[in-house]
Amino acid sequence: MGYIGSAVKRVEDKRFLTGKGQYTDDIVLPNMTHAVIVRSPHAHATIKSIDASAALAHPGVVAVFTGQDMVDDGIASLPNGWAIGEDQNEPPHYPLAPDRARHVGDGVAVVIAEDKATAMDAAEKVVVDYEVLPSVTSSEVAIAPGAPLVHDDAPNNTSFLWELGEKAATDEAFEKAHHVTTLEFVNQRLVANAIEPRSAIGDYNPYRDDLTLYTSSQNPHLIRLLMCAFVMGLPEHKVRVVSPDVGGGFGSKIFHYPEEVICAWTTRKLGRPVKWTAQRSESFLTDCHGRDHISKAEMAFDANGKMLGLRVKTLANLGAYLSTFSCAVPTYLYGTLLAGQYTTPNIYVHVTGVLTNTTPVDAYRGAGRPEATYLVERLVDLAAHEMDMDPAELRRKNFIPPDAFPYDTPVALQYDSGNYERALDKALEMIDYTKLREQQRKALLDGKLIGIGFSCFIEACGIAPSKVVGLLGARAGLYESASIRVHPTGKVQVFTGSHSHGQGHETTFAQIVATELGLDLGDVEVVHGDTGQIPFGMGTYGSRSLAVGGSAIVKALDKIKAKARKIAAHKLEAAEDDLEFTDGNFIVKGTDRSVAFGDIALTAYVPHDYPEGVEPGLEENGFYDPVNFTYPFGTHISVVEIDRETGKVDLLRYVCVDDVGNVINPMIVDGQMHGGIAQGIGQALYEGAHYDEDGQFITGSFMDYNFPKADALINFETDRTVTPCPHNPLGVKGAGEAGAIAATACVANAVMDALYHRGVKDLPMPLTPERVWKALNSNGHA
Amino acid sequence: MKHSISVTVNGVTHEASVDARTLLVDFLRDHLHLTGTHVGCDTSQCGACTIHIDGASVKACNMFAVQADGATIKTIEGRASNGTLQPLQESFKEEHGLHCGFCTPGMIMSAADLLQHNPNPSESEIRHALEGNFCRCTGYHNIVKAIQSAAQKM
Amino acid sequence: MTPYSFTYHKATSVEDAIAQLQKLGDEAKWVAGGHSLIPSMKLRLSAPEALIDIQGLDELKTISDGGHEIHIGALSTHRSVETSSLVKGKCPVVAKVASGIGDPQVRNKGTIGGSLAHADPSADYPAIILALGATITVQGPGGSRSISADDFFTGMFDTALEDHELITRVSVPAVGSGAAYAKFGNPASRYAIVGVAAYVEKDVHGTCTLARIAITGAADTVFRASAMEEALVGKPFNEASISAAAGHAPDESDMLSDLSASASYRAHLCSVMAKRALMDC
Repeated sequence: MGYIGSAVKRVEDKRFLTGKGQYTDDIVLPNMTHAVIVRSPHAHATIKSIDASAALAHPGVVAVFTGQDMVDDGIASLPNGWAIGEDQNEPPHYPLAPDRARHVGDGVAVVIAEDKATAMDAAEKVVVDYEVLPSVTSSEVAIAPGAPLVHDDAPNNTSFLWELGEKAATDEAFEKAHHVTTLEFVNQRLVANAIEPRSAIGDYNPYRDDLTLYTSSQNPHLIRLLMCAFVMGLPEHKVRVVSPDVGGGFGSKIFHYPEEVICAWTTRKLGRPVKWTAQRSESFLTDCHGRDHISKAEMAFDANGKMLGLRVKTLANLGAYLSTFSCAVPTYLYGTLLAGQYTTPNIYVHVTGVLTNTTPVDAYRGAGRPEATYLVERLVDLAAHEMDMDPAELRRKNFIPPDAFPYDTPVALQYDSGNYERALDKALEMIDYTKLREQQRKALLDGKLIGIGFSCFIEACGIAPSKVVGLLGARAGLYESASIRVHPTGKVQVFTGSHSHGQGHETTFAQIVATELGLDLGDVEVVHGDTGQIPFGMGTYGSRSLAVGGSAIVKALDKIKAKARKIAAHKLEAAEDDLEFTDGNFIVKGTDRSVAFGDIALTAYVPHDYPEGVEPGLEENGFYDPVNFTYPFGTHISVVEIDRETGKVDLLRYVCVDDVGNVINPMIVDGQMHGGIAQGIGQALYEGAHYDEDGQFITGSFMDYNFPKADALINFETDRTVTPCPHNPLGVKGAGEAGAIAATACVANAVMDALYHRGVKDLPMPLTPERVWKALNSNGHA
Repeated sequence: MKHSISVTVNGVTHEASVDARTLLVDFLRDHLHLTGTHVGCDTSQCGACTIHIDGASVKACNMFAVQADGATIKTIEGRASNGTLQPLQESFKEEHGLHCGFCTPGMIMSAADLLQHNPNPSESEIRHALEGNFCRCTGYHNIVKAIQSAAQKM
Repeated sequence: MTPYSFTYHKATSVEDAIAQLQKLGDEAKWVAGGHSLIPSMKLRLSAPEALIDIQGLDELKTISDGGHEIHIGALSTHRSVETSSLVKGKCPVVAKVASGIGDPQVRNKGTIGGSLAHADPSADYPAIILALGATITVQGPGGSRSISADDFFTGMFDTALEDHELITRVSVPAVGSGAAYAKFGNPASRYAIVGVAAYVEKDVHGTCTLARIAITGAADTVFRASAMEEALVGKPFNEASISAAAGHAPDESDMLSDLSASASYRAHLCSVMAKRALMDC
């Protein structure tokens, strides 16, 4: 099998380990200028006037532009990439607010200077006359009568109402229920905090009329498409978007951001390169945030603990504007996952998409699926406590059985494959569950609060079948492309539309190609992140790169191999069907006559002795549009101990068994799990973004926003089962988000498991020491 | 007013003229083009800019270039010679102690500082030593393993 | 993240540092490790017109044995205190406190003098300095004087330092045992949400004869928990008396309340951390 399945060390590491990675802010272009954006200090304010004269007079300042300047020049709104229903309200989102600022940090002007320090100094001299308006940051308050309107044309601050599932049948199921578990909760707002702050450089060449945009993005092609077709009206073939090394994304770098347009537009105005790099405090205010749901959820059971129905009502805070994927997250990536791993026959979900005076909310690692998993898995765990059942056994009882696939859920998805019990059993064995429960009981006698939490999660990834998402309102296809160029010497370059910002595509994809073509890994180079080199691409998010991008590579490889076979048949004077291709050689079956792939490559480019009707050269494109989502699943179990005196939660163990289908590089898959789990734990225990009543963002620095550091985490115990995806050529599903999807519910459940006997049914996340301590003391037990 | 400074960075002495307010990290990145030292925050916390000054790990964003006058500085670029990774760097690769690579230079510089004082650190000592280096990709699991592995090798 | 412009000056001696500050006026500041000042300048929350760099004053970096006390030069980094064999041998609690400040890079630059002069209400050093009854030596235009820790911390970011007075050294008593520090840290900022430093003396019967308990992070300045101290003195030093004493939590109305902890939780943590510190004494 060559390199597939092997923990090959990453080829990209060397440049990162030596400080030779090249991130956008590392790029210096001749004659480059620096942009600093003047941002609204108010949550909501009319921009009455902007006086830039003092800034313009500041030595070293090149230009100052306002939102109105951009509108006057024909710059349009950043597009909403996913329409929800025909009567959705889609307020415009200009790169710089021309007339009204709608969240703290909303850009109102840009100052461009010879160096960044000068631009910062001058930005303070831009005088903006604001008339402060009443603001609203909570989705609950925003839809209440009389709430200030974020956009005058969006009544009730509502962008959309969306529902899925059979309401009447679900209501009926609840009427018959033996037991109903109810939770009302907030899935709190989070900040992704990729350690590389966003950055962009616009570089316009007036003599060629070419524009190059460097941007720290997860999907350069989509940025080019949206920017050219919707915002700036530029010819796509004259625009190149490059996303070089990108220092983490986690969703926050998927979207088309104002600063990309600002750099692209101002470089055209000035004829000089313009660079903008966020300060961290700016990142906190302008990188799209994640989650922010308020939900009421109820789960109905019969007397035996079989799930009968699930009813969910959710307010999804979308922020001040509709970011690229924001509307898909709390709908198609959320409501459709509410069946979880279970046979719940009746599910109904209603979602209200709400506009508020906050930073736009969009996909953050998991995007919708952690929200669904948290909801379902918290309900199941709580129900187990309420019905005095073991949480593992309650889950087992309701699992979709392995012989039921393909399985149609009541919320529109068809799960392709799965074996949930196998993953659960393996995880139970790893953690020695029976003994663990015994230890928990004994510890309690010693006064120690130990909690055990489960999360049996499923996700839909491998995003996404274009036809399906088109029907659902996506304004783009979600296939992937690849191009494979075999050089005359047999060395190979792979051009992928996926983008790696930590996932290790340069290694994983090379493993596939080297294996398939029988080459050394070093003979394959993977190129990504440049629209100038790669035919097309839809980028990396939704755990899609290997399932969709990898499959596109396989498509291109199939074409390469088919053509190579023709050339080999000619060279070997044999029929194509008589050849087999192993270890990089075409062999005439049953003989010792063979030709190496390298010779075929050379022949393709020096076609002196060549089959009739075959074009010279060996380079092929492949596009892959998946037929279905993929459905990774697994069981995660965590053990926590609560310090009774302080309420502090300490992680004792974290065990997970994931099924991501076939694995190309187990080292990288494990690494993705670790990172996802860490972020999921972060949501459960540490992270939360807050606005005060004036709409000021009060968790806008690393001093205030706490995500887990090395000393807050433990080593994770990872293992897996393998249920190959039946509908893509690699049998893979995706691994990037699983950890984040599973871990939040898992750890929250562990904490609540430790507290349930103290009369604590639920607590809001993050489960900070103070919250836990207060809960412990709320009923006089402490 | 400009200040003349002389600093030795990765064995090479540089004479330069800097503004008082130029941060050392900006001097390294913008003047010396040593862009391996990264900036991840503005509160002197994330540690992506960690370098060694006179042998000790410090955050290059938290001092001014003028304050480094006369100092001996080592950055990530000074660790591998001719592209040959040092054992610590090699361990990060072997143990998959990096994903996106952005925090990695600072992480390596901090790990090196730890190992020079404590050649055989425990897991908890390693985690304590990384409190000033933020990683959002790895969950630190493999970073800890990489440092343990390097300690064994060195 | 670039600060406002300022002028930069290097001090060549303590006297020179004082003279330069007098000359450069009210908007000038001394800078040592810079871990409080420079982040604030980068965010443009602080805008000194001049910085006088005192890091070159090697005479303030020594840690020396004064018999019953240890003299720690004001420019000793947290790291040098943490690793000093003298401190570890004769007053290990101070080394332990130093080892928990910020993070390794901060400890490599940050100084004890800087921390005390800045008097952040959540900083670690003030608690142990106050609990141990250390003496802070300062030098000003008129010469040098000593300030007892009890008199030094006067409010939020406020101390007994007069204009143009520079901390030159901190003298901590050589306390081999009987002192401890328990910190409930803020995992984001790494400052203390509540940190309690305790120092106790016992007689041969195990009766507590002296208790000094200082709390940082909880209120607008570090303070002595006198009710706890009084409850302990004269009692046998055991878990029961410690618990009872620690139960004298400060008044909630005196506690800070912010995103990281409410006043009532802080008051509660004062008791918990006091008990833990005392149990370690």
